[in-house]
Amino acid sequence: MSLEKYEPVIGLEVHVQLQTKSKIFCSCSTKFGAEANTQTCPICLGLPGSLPVLNEQALYYGIKAGIALNCHIAERLKFDRKNYFYPDLPKAYQISQFDMPVAYRGWLMIETKDGNKKIGITRAHLEEDAGKLIHEGIKDASVVDYNRCGTPLLEIVSEPDLRTPEDAYEYLTTLKAILEYLEVSDCNMDEGSLRCDANVSIRLRGAEKFGTKAEIKNLNSFKAVAKSIQYEIERQAEVLESGERVIQETRLWNDEKGQTISMRSKEEAHDYRYFPEPDLVPFTISRQRVEEIRKTLPELPQAREERFLRDYKLSNYDAHVLVSDKKHADYFEQAIRAGADPKKVSNWLTSELFGLLNTRKETLDTCKVSAKALSGLIQLIDKQVISGKIAKEVLPIMVETGKDPETIVKEKGLVQVTDTKFLEDIAKKIIEVNPKSVADFKSGKTAAIGFLVGQMMKETKGKANPALANQILEQQLKKS
Amino acid sequence: MSKDLFRMTLKEAAGFLSSPENFSALHKSLTDRAGAVDAKVKAYTQLNHDGKDFLAKTPRNGKPLWGVPVSVKENICTHGWETTCSSKILKGYIPPYDATVIRKLRDQGAFLFAKCNMDEFAFGSSSETSAFHPTFNPWDLERVPGGSSGGSAACVAADEAICALGSDTGGSVRQPASLCGVVGMKPTYGRVSRFGLIAFGSSLDQIGPLTKNVEDNAILLGAIAGHDPLDSTSANVPVPDYTKSLVKDVKGLRIGLPKDYFISGIDPEVEAAVREAAKVYEQLGATIKEISLPHTKYGVAVYYVVATAEASSNLARFDGVQYGFRYPTDNLLDMYVETRDQGFGQEAKRRILLGTFVLSAGYYDAYYLRAQKVRTLIKQDFENAFKEVDVILCPTSPSTAFKVGEKMNDPLSMYLSDIYTISSNLAGVPALSVPCGFDSKGLPIGFQLMGKYFDEPTMYRAAYSYEQTMHWYERKPKL
Repeated sequence: MSLEKYEPVIGLEVHVQLQTKSKIFCSCSTKFGAEANTQTCPICLGLPGSLPVLNEQALYYGIKAGIALNCHIAERLKFDRKNYFYPDLPKAYQISQFDMPVAYRGWLMIETKDGNKKIGITRAHLEEDAGKLIHEGIKDASVVDYNRCGTPLLEIVSEPDLRTPEDAYEYLTTLKAILEYLEVSDCNMDEGSLRCDANVSIRLRGAEKFGTKAEIKNLNSFKAVAKSIQYEIERQAEVLESGERVIQETRLWNDEKGQTISMRSKEEAHDYRYFPEPDLVPFTISRQRVEEIRKTLPELPQAREERFLRDYKLSNYDAHVLVSDKKHADYFEQAIRAGADPKKVSNWLTSELFGLLNTRKETLDTCKVSAKALSGLIQLIDKQVISGKIAKEVLPIMVETGKDPETIVKEKGLVQVTDTKFLEDIAKKIIEVNPKSVADFKSGKTAAIGFLVGQMMKETKGKANPALANQILEQQLKKS
Repeated sequence: MSKDLFRMTLKEAAGFLSSPENFSALHKSLTDRAGAVDAKVKAYTQLNHDGKDFLAKTPRNGKPLWGVPVSVKENICTHGWETTCSSKILKGYIPPYDATVIRKLRDQGAFLFAKCNMDEFAFGSSSETSAFHPTFNPWDLERVPGGSSGGSAACVAADEAICALGSDTGGSVRQPASLCGVVGMKPTYGRVSRFGLIAFGSSLDQIGPLTKNVEDNAILLGAIAGHDPLDSTSANVPVPDYTKSLVKDVKGLRIGLPKDYFISGIDPEVEAAVREAAKVYEQLGATIKEISLPHTKYGVAVYYVVATAEASSNLARFDGVQYGFRYPTDNLLDMYVETRDQGFGQEAKRRILLGTFVLSAGYYDAYYLRAQKVRTLIKQDFENAFKEVDVILCPTSPSTAFKVGEKMNDPLSMYLSDIYTISSNLAGVPALSVPCGFDSKGLPIGFQLMGKYFDEPTMYRAAYSYEQTMHWYERKPKL
């Protein structure tokens, strides 16, 4: 089948939980993981007679995100009711924004293998989250946990500007990084604070008209988004190749099977009967306020990446990897501030520490090694207290125990041997027992010295200063 | 005096209630009165017999309304006390919180005496759609008390209450006040918190007092009005001392008579009484000016689009999941369908259907959006009128109390009984019904005063001046 015939068209809808302390329309806590229905009140339970009052912080976060995504910010803030019946929705309507989202017509830049690409943001709107149905562990019934009800969400809708699963993955990574930098959401997919639906269609290359789209739901990771889009592109191409038509429908991604499954067709779609929420009076968002918020914006990932390239002379790849997660970039800069060389920090962080954390299924959040400690380790190498090889033995102990490198080096007696007399004695011994290598060296095979240095390192259990060992050996070989 | 304690006004009761003994005496008197007349009037759904509990929990401490019994409409949430909207679907529902008006009344020492019957979810103008029982007009038990706050108006008229709270979405305080011969105020939208009022039409609803006279009304409104941080639609406007407006002086007051209200369909006796009231005002020194509110004729149509749209959404939460009536079944859709089919009455279903229809895809622009535009025109009518006059005088209801059952099978004619009261809800302006005589059958007639936003003081002054000239409140129904 020739996938090349078709061009995929992809748009993403991302829901992020805004990290306010209290809910969007009441003062209940938004903390994740509390006992079911302990973070509720008459308002978020939608009890008769209760009324919503907007959480100012949620609006602030919404505007902040809108500005960072290069959006226009609405002149007037208006909410609407989205009406539908479901047991996790206690008012039987969701307070959302329909025709006047808080932010609209923006864009963000993603890095692709073909260079930078500008992806349009259609809109970003504020709304309340619903509760959670629980089916597991209950016989012949389902129960509802309303704790999540009323958690503030920002729904960010992209233009159908994405063309490949990789585009989609990069868009999500970039968006997540921006939101984390803004500190408006923790974007934790496992706790549901970032959720994504994908709209996918294909069309013949060169065609102007979009094909019929399918909306994919139940995407639990960025990888799942990319995989499901790839699956969907292939599925739709097969449908078209077999002479049939793609139907507009909502499909669920099954991660285990690696398939999307039809959930409901367009005909079964809801009529949400949106209308303006009469309980929340629309109000003006002053331009002055928007400008004030604009000024509070922190350095965003792309600016930081440019700065990393410029100031730390990192490779494009390393800079991109480091800034794409605010915590990584912050850690990196803390280590530099503690005195270590940027390039070395970058190497130790991305290839050594992350590798160790990965195998332990840990992240920087749980990591016992502080940025200062990593910096200390690197500086021990620079000061020739230990060799790089020894450092690679020290780091796993740091990850394991959280002890600082100086302590470990001292406790384990790993301090580099720089005692010339001691090393000279060892060198003599090595020369005596390796006549062949000595002969090779003297016959002009200077590379043979590498073997002899290795023997010295072995003899000293790796603690000999390699440069010094090399120097002493050379001197003695020349003498003998 | 002690025999007729139940006849007291709010003002008199507040003066009388100087001790627990006096409270118990008044409580007993009212309870006995309700026992004697409510079997006929059926204004109440629940009575509070627990005066001892009140005394134990409510030290007097100079609270201005200490011990004053207040009767409350069934749609205002009372913590720990069943609140049903007179609907089967909310039967047994006990709110875990007080409406803001209730909290305010409790803070001022008031005693919640009874819950008042109403049209189910305030859908109606006769109090016949209650799931409990109809309420009857104390002046003629074969007639309706009006609605939806029929219980609140009837209990005050029958002297089985000192004062009452109702709610008004399209006339639900004023029309029953008019039909029962009491004073009823729908305040400016945003004057009184709606927090804890079970919503019907959120952009129209206001809680308002029903009282034996204008002075009581001013006192009770003062007690419940004010900005509430829990209600975004409540206005942050200071509350004046309404009792200071109670002066008999309308000299120079400009009163508008809207020609659009005196149209065919109005009971000639009602029209005559209102025109007579205008003459009284003239004699008292006010000037009467004919004005026009040209979009009045669209009021009922606009109202039944906006109010039902909001109601259809507001009532969607009654689905059997969390509270109230639930039809027991093992399948979610059946639970929804059967709970709502059996829990809601005929009129509630009619309005939910109507509201769902006008919000539906393809109809929204033609109905809801257009209605909102006309609503703006109606608002502008008032803004224009109030450039020329201080208050507007008109009938409250086109007729006096009609017979029980007379309009139950004719919803349109029922809806038209709110024709004079609807516009002020759509515009948000305050409106007050004041007794202005009796028809040849001996049934009360009321006029309506509509005022500028937050100008309740001028309306109370006008109402008080008329009331203290005519003394209609002295006449009581024979029960």
